Amino acid sequence: MSEAVLSVENLSLRYRVPGGTVAALRNVSLAVRQGEVLGIAGESGCGKSTLASAMIDLMGANAEITSGAVCLNGCDILSLPRAERRRLRGREIAMVFQDPMTAFSPVLTVGAQLVDFQFNLDGVTGREKWSRARDMLARVGLSDPDLAMGRFPHELSGGMRQRAAIAAALLMRPAVLIADEPTTALDVTMEAQIVHLLRELQADYQCAIVIVTHHLGVIAELCDRVAVMYAGEVVEEAPVDALYHDPRHPYTRALLSCDPAGIEAATGRLPAIGGRLPDLSDLPPGCTFAARCGIATDRCRTVPPPCVALGPDRSALCHEVAP
Amino acid sequence: MLRYAIKRIALAFVILITVMLAMYAMVFLVPGDPASLALGPRATPELKELLRERMGLDEPVLMQVWHFFHNALTGDLGYDVWSKRPVLDQILEFFPNTLILGITALGWAVVLGIALGCAAVVWRGTVTDRLLGVLSVGLISVPAFVVAIYAILIFAVWLRWLPAIGAGTPGDIGSQIRALILPAFALGIGWVGYLARLVRASLLEVMGENYIRTARAFGLPERRVVFRYALRVAIIPTIALLAVGLGSILSSAVFVETVFGRPGIGTLITGAVQKRNYPVVMGTVLFMTAFYLFIVTAADLLIARLDPRVRDVFRR
Repeated sequence: MSEAVLSVENLSLRYRVPGGTVAALRNVSLAVRQGEVLGIAGESGCGKSTLASAMIDLMGANAEITSGAVCLNGCDILSLPRAERRRLRGREIAMVFQDPMTAFSPVLTVGAQLVDFQFNLDGVTGREKWSRARDMLARVGLSDPDLAMGRFPHELSGGMRQRAAIAAALLMRPAVLIADEPTTALDVTMEAQIVHLLRELQADYQCAIVIVTHHLGVIAELCDRVAVMYAGEVVEEAPVDALYHDPRHPYTRALLSCDPAGIEAATGRLPAIGGRLPDLSDLPPGCTFAARCGIATDRCRTVPPPCVALGPDRSALCHEVAP
Repeated sequence: MLRYAIKRIALAFVILITVMLAMYAMVFLVPGDPASLALGPRATPELKELLRERMGLDEPVLMQVWHFFHNALTGDLGYDVWSKRPVLDQILEFFPNTLILGITALGWAVVLGIALGCAAVVWRGTVTDRLLGVLSVGLISVPAFVVAIYAILIFAVWLRWLPAIGAGTPGDIGSQIRALILPAFALGIGWVGYLARLVRASLLEVMGENYIRTARAFGLPERRVVFRYALRVAIIPTIALLAVGLGSILSSAVFVETVFGRPGIGTLITGAVQKRNYPVVMGTVLFMTAFYLFIVTAADLLIARLDPRVRDVFRR
């Protein structure tokens, strides 16, 4: 197993809001190796997108990192000066955003923006940047890349725009590609095509990919390992097959049982997890999932759960799982 | 772009013709006979009839409308009932004064307003931002003629720095500029507030857009993000407002010109209305409408140049 390209160590982050703070991430540790695809799953508000933006150092102005580190090839990028962090973006770590409709500026052509996005690439002329961008558009499957380069974003379809966004992210051959809900805004056929494209590109470029999504199907299709997040914590981390066939954390089990695709019994009812996410500005003392958990004990409600190793590459944050 | 420009200009002409018709209808419906007014109470019916004939008022309405359009489009706006001078000559004599006043007023307001708006964004949420907000709303609420009167009182009467009335001696640029300062100040001050609020709002909105985050995610320097990605979009509502602004500033120039006793389109039109000098009223209104349409059309074309989405509006 090779070294981790990108690792997040004990990262805690909170947002300052009127009247207090919201603990968006608590002690998150994750690593992704070269050529590996890591999925981050969880429901809305669990901190997935915050984690993704922390990885590329694009947190909002009200975010505050209270502890931990984000390491790229072993070097903590959060401790670097601002200008050096900026130099890494796009070149070492690139991001594909959720909504392809708004990810590009509406008033500049796709080509002009793809050239702009290679700002951190040194020693390459504007003309070369243009042809690199054109080639990359062809690579991601746009049938007429020369035409697309001269088009404005609103003149492309949603699928084409998302392909262009992926092309943009791969322009500088980054070591890590972070995709924040890359298929959520697309219809099902488009989603399948984009998933297929990502898998192909991953095989070609051998970059590490982090995919943030609430879509369990996309994770099953693409990822090698999965981290399940709940209320700002990673509650379970496992290889993808192990997680789907033998989920250990009660939250993961509940999440998988709610996936409409996985329901075999014709019950006619879609299961749901009762209750809702805890208030992140006023967390309960014990396990954050205890209030919604079927097997919670008094200990769960009062003592924070330990991280239990469940074999190589596998762990869960729970009192009740057996190693 | 060309397609958009052609359609936009065609639309401007349609609006112009509609306005001309509406204006004609309005003047036609106002009670009072211009002929008897022009000749005074002691005129004989024969004289009145003669003048009516000469003014074309005895013709059928449709013919009058036709003449009006024909003459207006060939640059003949008729003759002043009192002085017998061509209306266009008078307009061309007075209009530059008003235009210079409007442009100066809007000019300083744009520079200061945009600067204050950007400052409010840079220091958003701080005391500076809030003070600028209060200041802007305050400036918007003060009527131009009130500012004008106090400006005269303070700078012309008490301090005696600047002239109180007039447009300066013709030919003497220095005195003309000195005479311009107070009116331009009074006329522009409300726009400082408007523009500061608008620039702040649109810049804040654009800075929260996803494509700004994308540009940052690719490590573009902040200056490039702001100028190439944010301001290019944020400036669009400002251009639209400025076009409307120049129109409304020219019409509110009436107050300021009255207070400062400046010759201009405002004084021309109020004088003409009081004397029921129809050709001058209609000619001036028509001229201003055409000018306003020209400005708005030019602004729309500029916006279409900046925002490709606008160009496609007529395509659907």
